Amino acid sequence: MTDSGKVAQEAGVSGGGPLVVLENVNKYFGELHVLKDIDLTIHRGEVVVVIGPSGGGKSTLCRAINRLEPIDDGTIRIDGQPLPEDGKELAQLRADVGMVFQSFNLFAHKTILQNVTLGPTKVKKVGAADAEQHAMELLERVGIASQAEKYPAQLSGGQQQRAAIARALAMRPKVMLFDEPTSALDPEMIKEVLDVMTNLAAEGMTMVVVTHEMGFARASANKVVFMADGQIIEENTPEEFFTNARSDRAKDFLSKILTH
Amino acid sequence: MNLHQLLDFAPVFDHLGQILSGFWTTVRLSAATAVFALIIGTAVAGMRVSPIPVLRAAGTLYVNIFRNTPLTLILLFCGLGLRDTLGLWTNADASLSGYWLSVLGLSVYTAAFICESLRAGINTVPLGQAEAARSIGLTFNQSLRLVVLPQAFRSVIAPLGSVLIAMIKNTSVALVAGSVEAAAVMKQMFDDVGGTIPVFLGFAIGYMILTLPTGYFFGWLAKRMAVSR
Ligand SMILES: Nc1ncnc2c1ncn2[C@@H]1O[C@H](COP(=O)(O)OP(=O)(O)OP(=O)(O)O)[C@@H](O)[C@H]1O
Ligand SMILES: [Mg+2]
Repeated sequence: MTDSGKVAQEAGVSGGGPLVVLENVNKYFGELHVLKDIDLTIHRGEVVVVIGPSGGGKSTLCRAINRLEPIDDGTIRIDGQPLPEDGKELAQLRADVGMVFQSFNLFAHKTILQNVTLGPTKVKKVGAADAEQHAMELLERVGIASQAEKYPAQLSGGQQQRAAIARALAMRPKVMLFDEPTSALDPEMIKEVLDVMTNLAAEGMTMVVVTHEMGFARASANKVVFMADGQIIEENTPEEFFTNARSDRAKDFLSKILTH
Repeated sequence: MNLHQLLDFAPVFDHLGQILSGFWTTVRLSAATAVFALIIGTAVAGMRVSPIPVLRAAGTLYVNIFRNTPLTLILLFCGLGLRDTLGLWTNADASLSGYWLSVLGLSVYTAAFICESLRAGINTVPLGQAEAARSIGLTFNQSLRLVVLPQAFRSVIAPLGSVLIAMIKNTSVALVAGSVEAAAVMKQMFDDVGGTIPVFLGFAIGYMILTLPTGYFFGWLAKRMAVSR
């Protein structure tokens, strides 16, 4: 069996049809070609880990999927629907795509609870009481229900990142994007965030995760995508990728992150 | 005029009613101007950070025009240009039209400064928060209104206080648009009883009674509302 066949089969095991489809996506920052002919399909329920050297375009890929960065060429479809240019439809579509940032980006003037209820009340027009109830369930799930009334600056980094995950989940997104969610955290806080993500993956959430946490990739990912110089160099199962990478770029990269 | 006359406080007390009514007009001018200038200034600041180039250009043009034109000119334009030449509000009672034309001139002028203070405040809000707001599906307007501006306002309360203090003092130019506020009363008293030290002192103290508490209030508010990051 070919490797791509194996990947497809894995995806088939974990669930449904294509949810996020990128075709021939190109993106430039001025002269700099940061995404080069990207083709990538993420199936429903699939967990895709994106890995690769700094400056390879991983963040840009994530940001392109909810159009925080517009692309210059190609198409991105979410659940069959092409990304709208802007305005109300784009906002609606973004509500279906949860995003978790490296630097948490919680709203500093709002409590943790208000951070989580803002989207549902203002975008989905959910009533305040319902939004709060759902928010408290989510905060319970990520283990910070007791911090609901505090402000972001009063929480540790790990707690803030879990609040940010709850804020994204409150929109009941179809897919969650994580851009290096643990790389701004102290080592003792990384685990609490990875645990939340691992549970989320086990519950069947579709996830795209930029991370160098190989433990998470091995335990939860269906697929590892290796990106360098704006290209997808290799797509493989975590097991195959970490023990038996095909490309020299990937082998070289792995030898660097494995030796320290 | 001898020294005794120069230091005579009697005229101040004799004209107290007039002086107080002048300052009352100053207060009314300041209050209305504060409200309109804040509304216009916020709207223009919103335009200046908008993703739509035409709005951005219009916002920039507004600030460049009104920040760089002397207030006296703007108020004269309101009084002479709008009322006397173009004939707007001519049938209204003179003191009322003078009042609203002054509020108009002071508001459009002060709004340019409020816009620029606010824009400095917007720059203190980390870009990531605006991106997070958009990523949960808030539109540009919602993210400005719910996430960016509330924090921007809090970070510029102290400078906004300075803008408003300057505005209160600037109401003293409103006489050129036909407002009978404190400075107009003062000018009248100079004509009637002469430019004596007590008259100067009286009016200077009058303005301070308005501006000092404003300064302290905004200082207190800035501390109270600070957002910790
Ligand atoms: N807003 C921008 N303007 C100009 N160039 C940018 C911008 N954002 C990213 N770049 C450039 O695009 C390239 C890809 O950046 P990107 O952030 O996607 O890489 P990355 O794989 O996420 O890297 P890292 O591991 O350091 O986060 C880099 O060379 C970067 O300098
Ligand atoms: Mg990155």
